[in-house]
Amino acid sequence: MNWRAIQAIYLFEMARTWRTLLQSVVSPVVSTSLYFVVFGAAIGSRITEVEGVSYGTFIVPGLVMLSVLTQSIANASFGIYFPKFVGTIYEILSAPISHFEIVIGYVGAAATKSVVLGLIILGTAGLFVPLHIHHPLWMLAFLVLTAVTFSLFGFIIGIWADGFEKLQMIPMLIVTPLTFLGGSFYSVNMLPPGWRTVSLLNPVVYLISGFRWSFYEIADVSIWLSLGMTIGFLTICMALVWWIFRTGYRLKS
Amino acid sequence: MSSVISISNLSKAYGSGFKALSAINLDIKRGEIFALLGPNGAGKTTLISIICGIANPTSGSVTVGGHDIIRDYRAARAMIGLVPQELHTDSFETVWATVSFSRGLFGRPKNPAHIEKVLKDLSLWDRKDSKILTLSGGMKRRVMIAKALSHEPQILFLDEPTAGVDVELRKGMWEVVRALQQSGVTIILTTHYIEEAEEMADRIGVINKGEIILVEDKAGLMQKLGRKRLTLQLQQKVDAIPPALAPYNLHLSEGGREITYDYDTKGERTGITSLLSDLRTAGIRISDLDTEQSSLEDIFVSLVRQQ
Repeated sequence: MNWRAIQAIYLFEMARTWRTLLQSVVSPVVSTSLYFVVFGAAIGSRITEVEGVSYGTFIVPGLVMLSVLTQSIANASFGIYFPKFVGTIYEILSAPISHFEIVIGYVGAAATKSVVLGLIILGTAGLFVPLHIHHPLWMLAFLVLTAVTFSLFGFIIGIWADGFEKLQMIPMLIVTPLTFLGGSFYSVNMLPPGWRTVSLLNPVVYLISGFRWSFYEIADVSIWLSLGMTIGFLTICMALVWWIFRTGYRLKS
Repeated sequence: MSSVISISNLSKAYGSGFKALSAINLDIKRGEIFALLGPNGAGKTTLISIICGIANPTSGSVTVGGHDIIRDYRAARAMIGLVPQELHTDSFETVWATVSFSRGLFGRPKNPAHIEKVLKDLSLWDRKDSKILTLSGGMKRRVMIAKALSHEPQILFLDEPTAGVDVELRKGMWEVVRALQQSGVTIILTTHYIEEAEEMADRIGVINKGEIILVEDKAGLMQKLGRKRLTLQLQQKVDAIPPALAPYNLHLSEGGREITYDYDTKGERTGITSLLSDLRTAGIRISDLDTEQSSLEDIFVSLVRQQ
């Protein structure tokens, strides 16, 4: 293993975060706070409890997940797309490093950022509503697994994209709707049976449900199903990345 | 000298069917400066990209220092520093950070003293804390060379190193390249500036339409293919070349005051002695004479045209 190369890529990517602190950390925190103001305070006060938890508290795990998903994808896709765009990817491709090491560097940095961000948002949420986490280890496990999975997904998008529009397209058109419809702001059990069944086709439901369970022990689906689905999606992303490097898809001519 | 890079039967075809390289065989000797000369689109960059791992070959093999570039890519790539043709830089990084990053990427432990030396050699030390986007084009080019040298490579690829660089800086870069060769680094440079190959290279390979047309020592190439021109200044103007001198294919110029004679340096007999004595017999007196060697450029143009 070329640990020094992994370290170089990882630190390079983390340094980019510090340079762009405002957009990487401050802006997600501000937008999450706005969700709390709107859904938690303004509208939430008119909604009674959801499954025994006050509405403001109920939406915290969903909001954290919303940020972690979008930020993981944004960070990882931009991280690999940008060198491709400006041409500095030549150096990565010509260095004595394996594909696996490249992925660890980029995806590791992107996932680290979103985990840190998720924890910051959780802290911010604690300022608005009382928080209690029943299973902190499960919570961390879901957070890290989701961050890694979606950073891998972002990495794939970054390699696939050949323009800035495509870079935005999947997050905007697929991930954000799936997250909003995945029970960030409600329990899928609140839906009519037909819609509930449709919702179960949405993979994000399982992520949010598992994550919420680690907080309040309330879940839309079984915790093991959530875990299985998360790991399943992780495996699919890993297989795709493996295929990309094996074929040199959009990386090597 | 042993060869440090061996290329055998290397071909590259694109999906469109375009053959960028066809069955290239080439050995680069350890410690030499090898110039790969060819017109635009000849396959120079493609060849370098394959050796460095940026493009995949269609068939054939390459070893670097005895290591296969695909099976044993780590060992092969660790020996190579690459300076690509385009100025690809991380605009928002500082010079120091980007050069240090390259060293790490190639798996070498931190060595600030080495990076300091590289930056000083390339006259970048004053700008080490500047962001790359504030540098001039020539400086960015040197930053890319510094990145390639950061991990102490044994082989340096310079793809069109002095394209768009002013004359002063070009000379400076040649000095850097010579100093590197002195320290034992093998250098492969591509160029379409013949002057550069002529000035720098120990050996020259000419590539055109994806094929290596020729590989020769520079001196040997110039000698082998070089034609020389003898120019004779006449004491008195002549109206026409006397028929007795017709076999020499002489040209009369300067209003009958100058005769030029082209001859082949590789020929057993250059014909100069007999020409001079025949001129004397014809009563033509010479006031001065001059010979000039055809440049590498002439050789190159005639080679590429022949194809």
